[in-house]
Amino acid sequence: MTDSDPVRLYRTVRLIRRFEERAIDLVRAGEIVGGIHPYLGQEGIAAGVCAALRDGDLVTGTHRGHGHVLAKGADPARMLAELCGRVTGLNRGRGGSMHAADLGVGVLGANAIVGAAGAILTGAVWARRRRGDDLVGATFFGDGAVNEGMLLEAFNLAALWRVPVLFVCENNGYATTMPVAGAVAGTIAGRAAAFGMPATAVDGQDPEEVRATCAAAVARMRAGGGPELVEARTYRFDAHHTFEHRVRLDYRPPEEVAAGRSRDPVDIQGARLPLSVRESVDAEVEAVLDAAVGYALASPAPDPATALEHLYASGLTARTGGG
Amino acid sequence: MPRLSYRRALTRALADEMTRDESVFLLGEDIRVAAANVTTGLLKKFGPERVLDTPLSEQAFTSFATGAALAGTRPVIEFQIPSLLFLVFEQIVNHAHKFPLMTGGQCAVPVTYLVPGSGSRTGWAGQHSDHPYSLFAHVGVTTVVPATPADAYGLLVSAIRCDDPVVVFAPAGALDVRADVDDLVPVPLGRGCVRRAGTDVTVVAVGHLVHDALAVADELADQVSVEVFDPRTLYPFDWDGLVESVSRTGRLVVVDDSNRSCGMAGEIIATVVERVRLAASPRRVTRPDGAVLPFAPALDRAVQPGREQLSAAIQLCLKDGS
Ligand SMILES: Cc1ncc(C[n+]2csc(CCOP(=O)(O)OP(=O)(O)O)c2C)c(N)n1
Ligand SMILES: [Mg+2]
Repeated sequence: MTDSDPVRLYRTVRLIRRFEERAIDLVRAGEIVGGIHPYLGQEGIAAGVCAALRDGDLVTGTHRGHGHVLAKGADPARMLAELCGRVTGLNRGRGGSMHAADLGVGVLGANAIVGAAGAILTGAVWARRRRGDDLVGATFFGDGAVNEGMLLEAFNLAALWRVPVLFVCENNGYATTMPVAGAVAGTIAGRAAAFGMPATAVDGQDPEEVRATCAAAVARMRAGGGPELVEARTYRFDAHHTFEHRVRLDYRPPEEVAAGRSRDPVDIQGARLPLSVRESVDAEVEAVLDAAVGYALASPAPDPATALEHLYASGLTARTGGG
Repeated sequence: MPRLSYRRALTRALADEMTRDESVFLLGEDIRVAAANVTTGLLKKFGPERVLDTPLSEQAFTSFATGAALAGTRPVIEFQIPSLLFLVFEQIVNHAHKFPLMTGGQCAVPVTYLVPGSGSRTGWAGQHSDHPYSLFAHVGVTTVVPATPADAYGLLVSAIRCDDPVVVFAPAGALDVRADVDDLVPVPLGRGCVRRAGTDVTVVAVGHLVHDALAVADELADQVSVEVFDPRTLYPFDWDGLVESVSRTGRLVVVDDSNRSCGMAGEIIATVVERVRLAASPRRVTRPDGAVLPFAPALDRAVQPGREQLSAAIQLCLKDGS
């Protein structure tokens, strides 16, 4: 059932926020190699979209994907173990930050190729519905992805075949360092219009607004409507990727960053709860994450002899590379 | 014995698998009217829900199939032109192929990519004449190149049943082959076969070149006893089968319709010399490095591996070390 409980919504944004902050600590501590793309500031979108979905619905995430995976219901401990490359991770340590997947909760994967996941999700939703399953999907992508041909092809297929997919554009103003104005001719909503898809813009910093808008779109889709696009305007509070913590790139004016950070989805949602409730959720989230960090760091690393395991689902074994 | 054409063998394989397994469906461009004459009759038999004509959106429909496979179906995509595989290389290699490992074994992606008419189709020139199977063998996607109608049937059936992505290259040069076929049965992936027994040299021939190799072997029959080995599947390759053959003959020539650098022939020779002490230097007949097939028929032919080149390579190999 869709979840309009403001406490649950707050718990999700707070969980993602604190998960990301702890993950950044683990990057600094060298426990997460390769770094992460922090979702800080954008939590309201994953939380709001997933609150509008049912357990059986499907989603795909992006390179900035921790929030999507967590909001859809993956276990934070196994997610963190995945980021730390442990056998207990969601992907048994084979995927990492950018490929975290939990098919059991309907997450067909974070996907590190910008614009690639929309068509995959469209095919999955189409196939499941053809089998008679009553479900919809949501696929997240950034403002950078709206210039990728394969995503626009996916818009066309989904609209043409009326596959109920919510295309969720997280417009945080930048693709790495490239501002939207320097990259997007026309508008994001206009791309949807070109395929006859309804498009709605929402304030991505307000988890309630995202949830309400998406719930309405999802209701139309469940009633037989085709795909829709939601453009969630947001701001990335931190780096494009944690490498920016070491190498400063000059592309966002400090005043803009300050203004962006002033609209914090965790505070916006938190202000809707009595302080005592907020504090108890915060404590609960901390306990979950303490346990998650403990679990991840205590979990074994995979055995190098198993590096080729799962390469083929058919059981085929590959030749190894040694002389 | 019923006579079967290569194309009809493909049609039969699709029809039989669609009948056997509800989760198999087809998608591609102009397949409802069977423009490539492979999906002939299937719309009528299975309906538009299982024979999908797609817009010209190769990247989207290739990944759409990946998603459908993740959701438990077995899509078969027909590609109109071999070079469309370049367009969707990313979708096949970076997504379909990588999902099982990247998810730690949470999923399978059983998609079949069927390319009827791969390689030169005389007169279609540069952008329609590629035969890019070596690329897929290189990245480790199961790759089959059937030479005969029986194998076209049997390998396509096995490809559809396989839990991994499989690319099926039906060479343009083999599409018109007809043969007497008694039994239509699945052919296991990864198993080669000896098409002609011989004792002096093993010729490995890929796809339609199997027929050329057999013709050359017959021409040379009074000088040399040629064994023709058809790998049928290029990845995973039947190394044991080939090593068994070359261990007997002691000589190896490969004829492969790939560009020379990093082509299949190079891998075949490298693996054999790692495992077998040969009596003579191995030889290969391939397309040139970086080949672009020119339009004029004489030029097109000049760039493809030919019978005279193969014959010369066999004779050189025999002279060497004897
Ligand atoms: C197809 C593709 N091109 C380039 C990249 C490298 N890359 C990774 S993230 C990124 C920026 C993506 O921007 P956007 O879609 O707005 O998402 P955001 O990072 O802002 O969340 C780029 C260029 C990639 N992963 N995939
Ligand atoms: Mg962006």
